[in-house]
Amino acid sequence: MAIVKTERHPELPPPASQTGVVGWLRENLFSNWLSTFLTVISIYVVWQAMSTLINYAIIDATFVGTTREDCTGAGACWVFIKARFGQNMYGFYPEAERWRINVGYVLGAIGLFLVLSDYIKNKKWPAIYLFVIYPVVCYFLFYGGFGLEKVETSQWGGLFLTLVLASVSIFVALPLGIVLALGRRSDMPVVRMVCVGFIELIRGVPLITVLFMASVMLPLFLPEGQNFDKLVRALVGMSLFSAAYMAEVVRGGLQAIPKGQMEAAKSLGLGYWQSMGLIILPQALKISIPSIVNTFIGLFKDTTLVLIIGLLDLLSVIKAGTTDKNWLGMATEGYLFVAAVFWVFCFGMSRYSIWLENKLHTGHKR
Amino acid sequence: MKKASFVAVATAATFMAGAATAGTLDDVKAKGFIQCGITTGLAGFAAPNDKGVWEGFDVDFCRAMSAAVFGDPNKLKYTPTTAKERFTALQSGEIDVLARNTTWTFSRDVNLGFEFVGVNYYDGQGFMVKKSLGVKSAKELDGARVCLQSGTTTELNLADYFAAQGMKYDSVLFDTADEVREAYIKDTCDVYTTDQSGLYAQRSVIADPENHVVLPEIISKEPLGPLVRHGDNNWGDIARWTLNALIIAEELGVTQANVDEMKNSKNPSVQRLLGTSGDLGKQLGLDAAWAYNAIKGVGNYGEVFAKHLGEGTSLNISRGLNELWSKGGILYAPPAR
Repeated sequence: MAIVKTERHPELPPPASQTGVVGWLRENLFSNWLSTFLTVISIYVVWQAMSTLINYAIIDATFVGTTREDCTGAGACWVFIKARFGQNMYGFYPEAERWRINVGYVLGAIGLFLVLSDYIKNKKWPAIYLFVIYPVVCYFLFYGGFGLEKVETSQWGGLFLTLVLASVSIFVALPLGIVLALGRRSDMPVVRMVCVGFIELIRGVPLITVLFMASVMLPLFLPEGQNFDKLVRALVGMSLFSAAYMAEVVRGGLQAIPKGQMEAAKSLGLGYWQSMGLIILPQALKISIPSIVNTFIGLFKDTTLVLIIGLLDLLSVIKAGTTDKNWLGMATEGYLFVAAVFWVFCFGMSRYSIWLENKLHTGHKR
Repeated sequence: MKKASFVAVATAATFMAGAATAGTLDDVKAKGFIQCGITTGLAGFAAPNDKGVWEGFDVDFCRAMSAAVFGDPNKLKYTPTTAKERFTALQSGEIDVLARNTTWTFSRDVNLGFEFVGVNYYDGQGFMVKKSLGVKSAKELDGARVCLQSGTTTELNLADYFAAQGMKYDSVLFDTADEVREAYIKDTCDVYTTDQSGLYAQRSVIADPENHVVLPEIISKEPLGPLVRHGDNNWGDIARWTLNALIIAEELGVTQANVDEMKNSKNPSVQRLLGTSGDLGKQLGLDAAWAYNAIKGVGNYGEVFAKHLGEGTSLNISRGLNELWSKGGILYAPPAR
């Protein structure tokens, strides 16, 4: 007699060791002896490093108090950051006027949200608001005018100054970079040579030198008493510098677009600017997003170099704070705080760029 | 510690020769404040406090000038300058006076076209060691490992000193003062050398300052003082005599607290200083009460020193050379008469 099973055996789930957390661990971390060994070593190293940091920064740290004497624990003294928080955020901006900066932040956040997010499809008015109206409003809001008390740029500082430097340079660098990239690929020899000359000259010099020239040499060539604002000098230097880099990034994007695209645009009867604006640039900029954001992040971090020309941005205002004789020896806390703030901003930019890439990917992505 | 981009500034000086304008006092009075160049932060000399107000020994010199000129010590705007750009800022007229722990040297005074108005702090390179070493003098440092900051005159002074004493040493170089301190604490080296004021500042940060000692020897001259542009002697005089007035006030026992009573003093020197007799203020182009205002505003030299640097502050610097000549130091102001 034969035993014949007539119905199908029900499908079983894969064994527990192949799926879920356990499966993932086996697959990725403990697949063989070498893997297991490396995993254990890595966990140990990470644990050692993290436990020290967490002990220092959180468990043994002091959060409450107002003076250095309140810091009795072995860990970090966050009282230092707290006591000088206003200074770290706004520099020497008068306390009674700091609401103006906050209003500027809110207006900027609204503009960025309208332009960058997905909720509004027609970007024309948001773009006009953010790129034309907002900078003008900010100028009067931050510097003074229309009944607002004048606050000189020498009083600007802290995170506020860092953001001003970064956002102005970014807003100037991108359009200027695009123009330079187009100029470099132009058929007109003069335009091409000017653009190549500018890009190569600026790219061949370190940013610190550009800033130094702007701050130290420029005043000597001006008549006595004629002084550009120090911040303006730094802004011009940084914007031109990042524009040169941006130009090369955009040129990379332009070169990746097949020639047929331009020919197709021309055969449709589009002129140069129309083909560039409607056909070439949208594609070129899309594929350059990672590099563009990369440049932005680099630029954001490079703003700390204004330290050498005596502008007190976030990093330098904290460094100055550590020389207050009531707070000597707080350098570690200061640098950790600066690192955390910079990480938040840079990570934010990086996440946005990933979101944008995903939104715009139209078949090129692998 | 005293880095300077001499090339850039020397080139600059060539361009600027003779371009300085006269009448800084009138300019300052017209704009209503003095633009004072300070450091971007040096413990005790200039640093922002929790409220964002600059405080320190150099800052108080500027405040004294403001008091002398305007009768109010706070008619000031500060320009934080780095070691590299400080001279350009002064040359280009961006600042009216530079009070930024700057060493008075021949080339800065002559070639760069500045006028040092005096010395407000006699500094010099010194050594700090751990007490446990039992070293009492720098002459016992033969064979020591010395930690110092690279790229400064500190290195050259150290080499000169050890060569002159016929001693050997190993130098351990670091980029920033914080790194040097950490290395010194971790016993990477036996000796920490930099300017003495810096040594005191670093010692105050160490967890056990009482176990470290600054040796008495000073191996270099670093007279720090405020400076102004060449070519406006009146403004230079105001700066010079503001500094001298603070020193004379200490000699005469005039303090911030008793300056009002001292106005009734019978001592002719005090009367001349405070403007109750004579016309010293008028000769400077200032109010008769210029020195009174300066002392009332910031206190005499000794008080300013005690407030920002002296014993009792976290820096805990002894007066040393910066004591009055009559008390064993070398601080000596010409008479105000």
